[in-house]
Amino acid sequence: MSQTMTNPSEAGTDSAAGVLLPRTPNREKLMQVVIPIAALLLAILGWHLLVTINNIPRYILPGPVDVGIALFTDSGTLWPALLVTVRITFTALAIALIGGVGLAILLVQSRILELALFPFAVVLQVTPMIAIAPLLLIYAPDTQTALLICAFIVAFFPILSNMAQGLKSVDHNLLNLFELYGASSWQTLIYLKIPASMPYFMAGLRIGGGLSLIAAVVAEFAAGSAGQGSGLAFRLLESQYRMNLPRLFVCLIMLCGTGIAIFGLTSLISWLTLHRWHESAIRREN
Amino acid sequence: MTDIAVSTIPGAASEAVRRSVVSMRDVSKVFSNGTLALKGMSLDVQAGEFISLLGPSGCGKSTALRIIAGLGAPSSGSIDWPSSKINAKGLPDGDVGFVFQDPTLMPWATVMDNVYLPLKLRGVSKAAAREAIMDNLAAVGLADFTASYPRELSGGMRMRVSIARAMVTRPKLLLMDEPFAALDEITRQKLNDDVLRLWQQHGVTVIFVTHSVYESAYLSSRIVVMRARPGQVFADMAIAQPAERDQAYRVSEGYRQTCQDVSDALQRAIGAAEAH
Repeated sequence: MSQTMTNPSEAGTDSAAGVLLPRTPNREKLMQVVIPIAALLLAILGWHLLVTINNIPRYILPGPVDVGIALFTDSGTLWPALLVTVRITFTALAIALIGGVGLAILLVQSRILELALFPFAVVLQVTPMIAIAPLLLIYAPDTQTALLICAFIVAFFPILSNMAQGLKSVDHNLLNLFELYGASSWQTLIYLKIPASMPYFMAGLRIGGGLSLIAAVVAEFAAGSAGQGSGLAFRLLESQYRMNLPRLFVCLIMLCGTGIAIFGLTSLISWLTLHRWHESAIRREN
Repeated sequence: MTDIAVSTIPGAASEAVRRSVVSMRDVSKVFSNGTLALKGMSLDVQAGEFISLLGPSGCGKSTALRIIAGLGAPSSGSIDWPSSKINAKGLPDGDVGFVFQDPTLMPWATVMDNVYLPLKLRGVSKAAAREAIMDNLAAVGLADFTASYPRELSGGMRMRVSIARAMVTRPKLLLMDEPFAALDEITRQKLNDDVLRLWQQHGVTVIFVTHSVYESAYLSSRIVVMRARPGQVFADMAIAQPAERDQAYRVSEGYRQTCQDVSDALQRAIGAAEAH
């Protein structure tokens, strides 16, 4: 074995490759960081130039400097609103996770239940959530609950359908193996079906996480709730009414940041769960 | 039945003391699409035998193996386990190990946890199972890979994990369904030797499904040639074999002759199915 291994320093004419190759991944890594940041900075510069050269008034399109100032001055009033929206988003996602996974497990265990619930699932899924919002506002005890239900309904279905798909996509040979060793249906669920469906569940989680924020914002628009305890989406609408465009942009940036944070968090959970074994989380080795 | 029972060497079959591990009596299997996979198959498996089920594709050899394992009930006929304790499902408790055509490992579990599975399902704690797991991993040369995941192993190593898992319950009967069909020739020969060693050291009875004449001639103490349309036993041959088999045996006259006889029987089995 050791005879066939060549020491890089003795590799003769090939040694150039030995010097260059390790450098390439580092350069690649550097480019992956530098290029997106440079592009973003360029876009902001372009935005600044567009506003200053054309003398666009602040109440139509504020420049990045105005938005930056507003970020400092207004964030005090906007943070509580952001917290309200984030709380609705995460509560809805948590309930959707419990409900979606739980119902998916029930559905794959019982064919009758699956058939019975199928029409309801389709009706709820295809009806645009915004169209149900007015009804929810009537029936729900308060606006917060209505918002929560809206966000829940939207996040629920991708999680349910992905999880159900995952639970059904178990390798038949592994199912045979469990049957052969006399596994109970409970053991098969815990040790086989749930681990096997993790890649599907993670896809559902990432989609559901993003959608629950979108749904929380859309529902707040529909509710139009004002005063104490209102969310960031309402502050955004309010800024528009008051022609306070810098603040509107700050709201947008905060929502965008929340979205990125949710995406990063769900992607991290997905990576932590799958990186040792699933193809989706493993770098191709060639 | 018009089948010819060829017995080249009257060996184990005529011994006075016989201990049957499992016997299939007149087993037929009709699939839900109407295909007659097996028709009136009978097979008596003696303790300590290494039986190869050999035949063309579609002869029902894998179906027979699965029926023995309890994966799908026979349409008619019976499976008897004269020397095993039978559970509620009519299967011998923990007496059967199965190696599939694919390694069939759980990709999310380490090598150790994959081998632990059969014991885990029987409620054995990991601490209590550790020794059995390590012994069986060592027996297939994978003692250093307990923490690896299946994707980090080669095809041959995955198959070894699968064999260790099948052996971890100390089964009386090891069923192998074309386990090495997807492997390269060198790996396949190595694994053949591993299986022979397990068979000799543990005294486990083996039923080995294959479509390779050479593999069956190298491994078996008895070769059951099957025919297709309908799937039936065509010939049942006891094989004279030296206890020690190695590369020298692969080029010996005895091995060549066995291959010749088995190959002839297989050709007649294929001919019989086509004439039908």
